[in-house]
Amino acid sequence: MIDDSAAARFAAMAAPHLDAAYNLARWLTRDPHDADDVVQEAYLRAFRFFDGFRGGDGRAWLLTIVRNTCYSWLEQNRFSSIHVEYDDRLDSLHDDDEGRPMHRLDPEQLLLQAGQQQLIETALQQLPIEHREILVLRELEELSYRQISEIAGIPMGTVMSRLSRARLQLRRSIEAMEQR
Amino acid sequence: MKTMNCDEAQELLSAFNDGELDLTLGLALEAHLESCPDCRAAHRSQQELTAALRHGATYYPAPALLRARLNAQLPGNPEQTARQIPTLPDRRRRSSVWATALAAALVIGVGVNLVLMSLQRQSALTDEVVAGHVRSLMVAHLDDIVSTDQHTVKPWFTGKLDFSPPVHDLAAEGFPLAGGRIDYINHRPVAALDYRRRQHVINLFVWPVPDRRATSPETSKRAGYNIARWSIDGMDYWAVSDLNASELLGFAQQLRTLERPTGP
Repeated sequence: MIDDSAAARFAAMAAPHLDAAYNLARWLTRDPHDADDVVQEAYLRAFRFFDGFRGGDGRAWLLTIVRNTCYSWLEQNRFSSIHVEYDDRLDSLHDDDEGRPMHRLDPEQLLLQAGQQQLIETALQQLPIEHREILVLRELEELSYRQISEIAGIPMGTVMSRLSRARLQLRRSIEAMEQR
Repeated sequence: MKTMNCDEAQELLSAFNDGELDLTLGLALEAHLESCPDCRAAHRSQQELTAALRHGATYYPAPALLRARLNAQLPGNPEQTARQIPTLPDRRRRSSVWATALAAALVIGVGVNLVLMSLQRQSALTDEVVAGHVRSLMVAHLDDIVSTDQHTVKPWFTGKLDFSPPVHDLAAEGFPLAGGRIDYINHRPVAALDYRRRQHVINLFVWPVPDRRATSPETSKRAGYNIARWSIDGMDYWAVSDLNASELLGFAQQLRTLERPTGP
């Protein structure tokens, strides 16, 4: 028998974060129907685990479950999209094609103009999932590094360096698309 | 302080831009930016990228169908629980317990009761406005009148409320008005105005009070939401949102400057 007050507490905690949950799932799966299924499954899962939620940051707790549900869903259904194990350390050693160290920005790089929305959208969609995820959590959900660290299950220092590289990579691919 | 070179500086720009750099590193980076035009330009381009993303990348809100399906599936059907959450009868009962206790204390002759009572009322009110905010998001019932035009929203309240709430669009300041509805708070119908800041919803509750004193916005936190409250010109204002406290305070101050006291 389900405790009504637990159900009410769950609804009060989880319902206001539904948009955030869907937005994250939509960006991770890149498909509206998949996002629907993932969020539905994540919410049912969250309800089952709700006993383990000890108060605190409900948004981060819920998004952690949504994120994990996305990953296992992608593994089962589209093995190819995350088949490469991501390695932050490896990435940080890479220079780009012209030998610039990955973290250097060109001062004269072009400003992003209005009307480039489609470009930004496409560039973000094409980023590897770890970069896409961290940019969505930071720029669209406006979460703190601490929350992102909890959701993505990585240390704060890694949040900082991964975000830095994700931004750089996004900028590079926008520029590459502009030149095409 | 150890001076910073460009490589070190540019690695930290991202976190600096996000306001996540600790004070010592932040100061060292600021000192470097003062003296280095290249890194200043890189800093600007970071800010532009963030602005472009927030502006350019789509924020996908949950489809109504998904919301409805979840409501039906989850045992704690929010449509039902939403009605339970404000627990008005409970709150009345609680406050009457308090009132009884305070009355007893008065008989004994303790003189601090008025302060206690107003603190208690304040806290119960905070619960109520937060419940009002959560309720509006849960059942996706934010607006009865959907309009970004203050001249459409304001007259809509006429005849529905026994007062005329001031309605201002703050789109130019980055807080567009999205609509309004009637809510029930503090045992009376109140105006609830729906403002936006990026994807954040701000509920602004307004109702008249007998006291015409003006107070500056004060912020507090409850259940993960930020609250700003102030009074001016015989109206109480309560803004609730998951927006960060400093931007919510900015919103409160913008609105408050638009309402100048019209005398006692």
